[in-house]
Amino acid sequence: MQHTAASPVLEVKDVVTRFRTQDGMVYAVNGISFSLNEGELLGIVGESGSGKSVTMMSLLKLLPMPPAEIVSGEAHFEGEDLLKLDPNKMRHIRGGRIGFIFQDPMTSLNPVLTVGYQLTESLREHLKMPRKVARQRAGELLELVGIPMAANRLNDFPHQFSGGMRQRVMIAIALACDPKVLIADEPTTALDVTIQAQILDLVKRLRQELGMAIIWITHDLGVVAGIADRVMVMYGGFVVERAGVKELYSNPKHPYTQALLRTLPDMDGDRSERLESIKGQPPDLHHKPVSCPFAPRCPHVFERCLQANPLLESVADGHELACWWDTATGEAKP
Amino acid sequence: MSAAHPVLLKVENLTKHFPITKGVFRREVGSVKAVDGISFEIRERETLGLVGESGCGKSTAGRVILQLYPATGGNVAFRGEELTRLSTEGMRKLRPKMQMIFQDPQDSLNPRMTVGSIIGEPLEEHGIAKGKASRERVEELLQSVGMNPKFTNRYPHEFSGGQRQRIGIARALALNPEFIVCDEPIAALDVSIQAQVVNLLEDLQEQYGLTYLFISHDLSMIRHIADRVAVMYLGKLMELAPSASLYREPLHPYTQALLSAVPIHDPLKEAQRERVILMGDVPSPANPPPGCPFSTRCPVAQEQCYYELPELRELRSGHQVACHFSK
Repeated sequence: MQHTAASPVLEVKDVVTRFRTQDGMVYAVNGISFSLNEGELLGIVGESGSGKSVTMMSLLKLLPMPPAEIVSGEAHFEGEDLLKLDPNKMRHIRGGRIGFIFQDPMTSLNPVLTVGYQLTESLREHLKMPRKVARQRAGELLELVGIPMAANRLNDFPHQFSGGMRQRVMIAIALACDPKVLIADEPTTALDVTIQAQILDLVKRLRQELGMAIIWITHDLGVVAGIADRVMVMYGGFVVERAGVKELYSNPKHPYTQALLRTLPDMDGDRSERLESIKGQPPDLHHKPVSCPFAPRCPHVFERCLQANPLLESVADGHELACWWDTATGEAKP
Repeated sequence: MSAAHPVLLKVENLTKHFPITKGVFRREVGSVKAVDGISFEIRERETLGLVGESGCGKSTAGRVILQLYPATGGNVAFRGEELTRLSTEGMRKLRPKMQMIFQDPQDSLNPRMTVGSIIGEPLEEHGIAKGKASRERVEELLQSVGMNPKFTNRYPHEFSGGQRQRIGIARALALNPEFIVCDEPIAALDVSIQAQVVNLLEDLQEQYGLTYLFISHDLSMIRHIADRVAVMYLGKLMELAPSASLYREPLHPYTQALLSAVPIHDPLKEAQRERVILMGDVPSPANPPPGCPFSTRCPVAQEQCYYELPELRELRSGHQVACHFSK
């Protein structure tokens, strides 16, 4: 599916988020821009500390402030700038027009409230549904996400569900108000592979049925390969590469993306081959980023990489890259 | 390659049941059959991969083999010596030969001890080296795991996850072990660091002639590192085969489903492949289904599967499967 011509439902510009901590400033997100098109699934890939979660938390205003500070940025959604909304209005959007799912369904569900209550809460709050109607809808939602005997399980507590079922409940809650955008932050990371496959299958189906746009945050390049339309790779609080899913995997241009794909062992191919590894450690976010964040680990590093940070530039149709090195010519960019 | 080497570890019908107790008198009302009769051998210098989903008993198996939990039944022989019958003192003497690398380097390193004392502790504990000799050995070990030997006076929190895992590996190597149980050693690490640690483990194996039991849920990494792979489900072995043969031709329906569920980092292959999506969840190990443990989720289960437990049988050379219908 290509959605290049579609109009963006969410447009994020130059978000900068920092944390003021006892050990000094942590530069978590250093100017992230992206747009999410209608009905599109945008995969955001990065390791821990790449800023992928903090970016989304900034948009939803879910970060504790202080220590967090959103220094600058805009996020346009349905004619409003999310970053300038007052807390009250933001509450209406969160869980309403923008749904979200987090990694660990056990800690994001309230253990002392029934699943039915947690599902109807947002329906009554956002859509002002009467209790009975909300309950009926809650049953339908559980059925939609594939929970067997859904109507009978509304009075159950989260601990009575397995990990995979709990994540389905989370998805049902996120979908309750028919959101325009769904943000999923590592939703399958805590799950086993066979359960992960079930959830991925469910998300593919729901996308077709409901047609919302999805932002899927993960560290797993394999997971996004199967479901995303476009992929954005983050490193050290920057977007380093962005492209359509097929283009990114068949023609990765950033040295980090290339290295990341090479470190992954294959499921076919030669087994005895030594894994390629990326030398060095992930970036220390305590330093104000002035150079390319990947420079200390990059095999192509040269002077310029240490002096200035490359901007994200279009290198081919729909393919953007932030690198001073031109992989096509094997030379530095003019 | 490994067939020429002698058997280092032989596990026979190993079981570990954790009692479920109830009431003030802690009456035993049942048991969680975490490991329920598994048998395999590991030859010298070999890596056996033990894979399965969470709750299948793979970590418990690793710990029972090292006698960190007493076994409920069955035998574990290390170089022919029966471990389950050894006294605490006898086992203590053997400990240096068998070590463990844990999943979370954050939790398995004492935050109040310096790197030097973490790695040096086993040396002094077992009376191998003291004082200057111990310090020198620690520096040598740090170097062998690719770290700066000057780091001995630092504390674990000063290091990143990957570096902490290297410290855990150095500690495991301190006593010149022959056999190491690696319990999900890369699961807590970032993707770009995983390959570093796996390469290090492979180098060390080559250098010191180590034998690994590599426990993981990461099927693509297991394929890379293991010579043979054992697939566990609900405390039992479903399939045991050389790595190449298992991934080329998985014979058990569970292994087939498991392999088809692994995401591939290639959108073109992803779009083409056929997925077996399993229904439902893993049953509770406190109350496993009678018959084949996989029968409740198996896409090809027949009547027989619900009451008769399939035995592991060898269908290809070195390739064993516990399924009535695999051919």
